Amino acid sequence: MSDALISPAVGTTFWAGTIAVIGYCSRKLKEKIDDKLIPLMGVMGAFIFAAQMINFTIPGTGSSGHLGGGMILAAMLGSCPAFIVMASVLVVQALFFADGGLVALGCNIWNLGVYPCFIAYPLIYRPLVKDASSAKRIVFASVVGAVIALQLGAFSVVIQTLLSGQSELPFGSFVLAMQPIHLAIGIIEGIITAGVINFVRTARPEIIKNVILQQQLSPNISIKKIIVILGIAALLTGGIFSWFASSHPDGLEWSIKKVFGKPELADKDSSVHSAAKSVQEKTAVMPDYDFKKSDSLSESEQPGNSGADEGKSKWPAVRTGTSIAGIIGSLFVVTVVVAFGFLIRLIRKKQAESRNV
Amino acid sequence: MAFDREYFNLGHLDALSYQDTFVHRLDPRAKIITIIFFIFTVISFPKYEISGLIPLIFFPVTFFMFGDIPVLFIMKKVLIVSPFVILVGIFNPILDKREMYQIFGISLSAGWVSFFSIILKFFLAITSALLLIATTSFPRVCYGLRKLGVPQIFISQMLFLYRYMFVLADETMKIIRGREMRTFEKNKINIKAFAQMISIIFIRTLERAERIYKAMLARGFNGEINIERKYKFNSYDMLFIVFSVLSIYLARRYDLPDIIGRLIMKGIG
Repeated sequence: MSDALISPAVGTTFWAGTIAVIGYCSRKLKEKIDDKLIPLMGVMGAFIFAAQMINFTIPGTGSSGHLGGGMILAAMLGSCPAFIVMASVLVVQALFFADGGLVALGCNIWNLGVYPCFIAYPLIYRPLVKDASSAKRIVFASVVGAVIALQLGAFSVVIQTLLSGQSELPFGSFVLAMQPIHLAIGIIEGIITAGVINFVRTARPEIIKNVILQQQLSPNISIKKIIVILGIAALLTGGIFSWFASSHPDGLEWSIKKVFGKPELADKDSSVHSAAKSVQEKTAVMPDYDFKKSDSLSESEQPGNSGADEGKSKWPAVRTGTSIAGIIGSLFVVTVVVAFGFLIRLIRKKQAESRNV
Repeated sequence: MAFDREYFNLGHLDALSYQDTFVHRLDPRAKIITIIFFIFTVISFPKYEISGLIPLIFFPVTFFMFGDIPVLFIMKKVLIVSPFVILVGIFNPILDKREMYQIFGISLSAGWVSFFSIILKFFLAITSALLLIATTSFPRVCYGLRKLGVPQIFISQMLFLYRYMFVLADETMKIIRGREMRTFEKNKINIKAFAQMISIIFIRTLERAERIYKAMLARGFNGEINIERKYKFNSYDMLFIVFSVLSIYLARRYDLPDIIGRLIMKGIG
């Protein structure tokens, strides 16, 4: 996810969810902390970081990819420590590599952390792998776990983008573009994860034993908590599906009908964007975001506007006709900014020179 | 190769943060709060907004110039992460063809307007995140976050990660070099070899973690990393926050280029 594609409401919502999970994990870890876990988590984060810097070739295509890491972390550390490590890796990436941005970071931690650590690992990987005694079983569990984690993550990206209403991509084609690619990535991620676990298991069996032991030391999340998290996820997707239901009445109507027994869940306006906008108005944590433009300006600005209600019209900010004033003003501002930049640089250079003399 | 380049970049961005300028001296909290307010403002602009976003360029420019940050270096980093945004945004001009502006007889579709808006938002948001690190340094950002209430365990985790990132990157580089020496001109790594390399790095990581842990115990580690440097939130920091937030708010509230453009047009004609 990227800041530019996200709306403040979506960003804040997922930040809230992410902060809640980080807080929950921190508390859990603090309760039963084993000092040894903290340095281990630290170097594991650094390990994922180093591993992500190496690219491998994807068979069949000419392209290359890199490791995601969520699944390895969960399999080696357990849910809560893995989530904290994944979150820290993403924070560092957002800050050092500008991967995504700061507001979208909440979404990214959610997409890449919650699904592998709290859904794929405890609900799929662990039941499938049992006591890690068979190599084939590890491969199977890792691949299935990684695929599901990545599918959920990719779907989450689609939903966050659509709710934000910056992109014009229709739901169907966006899903069709995202899911298959992430199926391939998931399989590769699973194979690598299994490769590492199996290699370590044969080369240094005592490490795997330690890891299994550590998993027992580290707190296990209770079923109740999983249900709560799944509930939140279901609520999110449920709420989101209702918007799709109203925005794509033909395509999704019957599936919703099948599930809920009625074609539409809510009498919402016909576009996803305005639905997202109304949610934004309701949920905006900081009301300042909704600063409206001064009416006198926008009124005189839009002589050719159809006069539709701002909230309901499909693209409220559109001005029809010429707007040369905006362009001239923009050019002027850009010139001033650039000039300002050069001036500061010049002054700083002069200062440095006089200091050197 | 890719790894060397990324590694170098990482170190370079880190090195930039140890300069001593007005921007670097500001309290980390002041910068974190302001930059987050800035990014939220940027992304809160409506979909078809371009001119209103332009005055906000002033903010990163100030950081660049006062903080003595090389513009090209940051721009390259921004460019590297741009493909996803461009890929998602480029469908707007294709899917949204309604005419929006008529400028000197050339019509501009709404899709292009929203595409440029996305690119501008992307540029502003990403640049400011990089500028935060380049003018503050990661440990100080962590310190600021701790003071703003982020859990201690998470902060310790990030500080550990940061510290050992460079150590493990060295280790990884050795393995990659070793592989390059033995696979003459065959630069692509297949998945099997990749998994094995990662496994070796992983084992070395664990061994390292054990040694680190023992060394830390010997020095009296009790589960918390203490950050020695103490900052005082002074009046400069307050002034910085108030001034920035106010100007960002004004830029959001009023379409400044539009107002200026009107004034200029009035002046001309």
